Amino acid sequence: MSVDQSTPPAPPEQIRAVPVRHPGRWIATAVIAVLAAMFIHMLATNPVFQWDFMVDNMFSDPVLRGARTTLIMTVLAMAIGILLGIVLAVMRLSANPVVSGAAWVYIWFFRAIPRIVLLFFSASLGALYSTYELGFPFDQQLMDLFGFEGDWRFLSLDGNDIFRGFVAGLLGLALSEGAYAAEIVRAGIQSVDPGQAEAAQALGMSRGKTMRRIVLPQAMRVIIPPMGNETIAMLKDTSLLIAVPVTNELNFQLRAIGSRTFQVIPMAVASILWYLALASLLMIGQHFLEKRFSRGFGNRETRQQRAARRARDVGSTH
Amino acid sequence: MVKAEGVHKSFGHVEVLKGIDLEVAPREVMCIVGPSGSGKSTFLRCINHLERINAGRLWVNGHLVGYREKGGRLHELRDAEVAAQRRDIGMVFQRFNLFPHMTALENVVEAPVQVKGVGRAEARERGVALLERVGLADRVHNYPNQLSGGQQQRVAIARALAMEPQLMLFDEPTSALDPELVGEVLDVMRGLAADGMTMVVVTHEMGFAREVGDTLVFMDDGVIVESGDPRSVLTDPQHERTRAFLSKVL
Repeated sequence: MSVDQSTPPAPPEQIRAVPVRHPGRWIATAVIAVLAAMFIHMLATNPVFQWDFMVDNMFSDPVLRGARTTLIMTVLAMAIGILLGIVLAVMRLSANPVVSGAAWVYIWFFRAIPRIVLLFFSASLGALYSTYELGFPFDQQLMDLFGFEGDWRFLSLDGNDIFRGFVAGLLGLALSEGAYAAEIVRAGIQSVDPGQAEAAQALGMSRGKTMRRIVLPQAMRVIIPPMGNETIAMLKDTSLLIAVPVTNELNFQLRAIGSRTFQVIPMAVASILWYLALASLLMIGQHFLEKRFSRGFGNRETRQQRAARRARDVGSTH
Repeated sequence: MVKAEGVHKSFGHVEVLKGIDLEVAPREVMCIVGPSGSGKSTFLRCINHLERINAGRLWVNGHLVGYREKGGRLHELRDAEVAAQRRDIGMVFQRFNLFPHMTALENVVEAPVQVKGVGRAEARERGVALLERVGLADRVHNYPNQLSGGQQQRVAIARALAMEPQLMLFDEPTSALDPELVGEVLDVMRGLAADGMTMVVVTHEMGFAREVGDTLVFMDDGVIVESGDPRSVLTDPQHERTRAFLSKVL
């Protein structure tokens, strides 16, 4: 910074070279412009699109309720799926072969089954047993063995009541998501330098704290981008809820209007626009999450640092 | 403070430590030198049970490391008990291992708050004081990737000191640093030694060992070849292997 001011050096002559020409880029631009114009022309002139009809109907009450169900289902299924995934990932990395094996079997099973099959099955659990009871395992067998009557059960639920509609759908989607999330979380955990866990343990931190405070926050950087993919995939997969069936869901409601009014194309376009909008919303959320967990990895100045630097700058001018 | 008797450690079929006996007194600074692969880092990691020893006994502060002796048998300690033992032992790593998602201050504050349950305000106050002590008062809110290697290592030392350890282990603390940054880290360590901290330092800095060390241990191939006063070992080594090693590094 301390350049000798008495003899200012002559500024170097700036280079003014002829830039390389890129005719290919101009040709590509022209082709794309023409294609885009053709596309817009089609949208504007084909009467089948029925834009007025679409706008009038894509925000009707049932559609809005459907959009709400779709969003809530996406968020809940992802939340449960990610929690399940963290547990499964930690199990998978366990030194205990039975625990690790159990997680492997879960992941193997739920990754293999199509979601629509899972949804259909979870909706049919009421047919498997009509009541679901919580209690001591093998209680009746044990009681029989010792010559007692009765059972040790404290909670009884009607299978047909529980496993239908929203709950059945949530169960199927969340269990399926758990398997995918587990693999993503495992990759994230394994991407963290083992020296980090060592340093935490050398400070006397327990395994659980080391995982929660040190390893997982760093794993998040690796976890979030694929988890964003998963969330958008989940948003779209809520349209599979028809297998349960859950009918107050976005895609079903839009299609229902389309078939009732024989305006299939406008409502299909409305569906596309709705999913685009909702996915964009989720992408905004992802952006902020990525920013939050990239702390300490970019070269961005933190708020305190900016304040400290300004204070220094102000101080040094006096 | 530290006592080792016949410590053996193998990784699979490779025997890395072949019977280490030594004793570190309180306030003593012991420097361990030797060629790479001689087992000196492994031994250091055994002291806070990052590695499990296969034979022998190792005590820190009179407590057996990683085990409890009961009825003539050794019982493995539970994770929580091992963690409790490590609280009193600070460790500084070759590659710093700072937590990259936390600022310098957050790195220093983390363990006292999470492990010892110190209040956040109090921990921050002490953390700032510690960072001042290692000469980083103006880098408190920087993330590790905004610091030079020497600054990172000094934060790592402050982080270990925040737990108020009775013993500090240094695993080649200056080996990953640019030459011009080595001095600032050694200065901090010199200050610690002057304050009476018990230190075990695995290092290649012979100057530091001569000047600050109370004892110099030369290890080769999993055994202690020679040990004693650093000045006499460095100037008048008794064993051929020590002489051969020193002729290469001095």
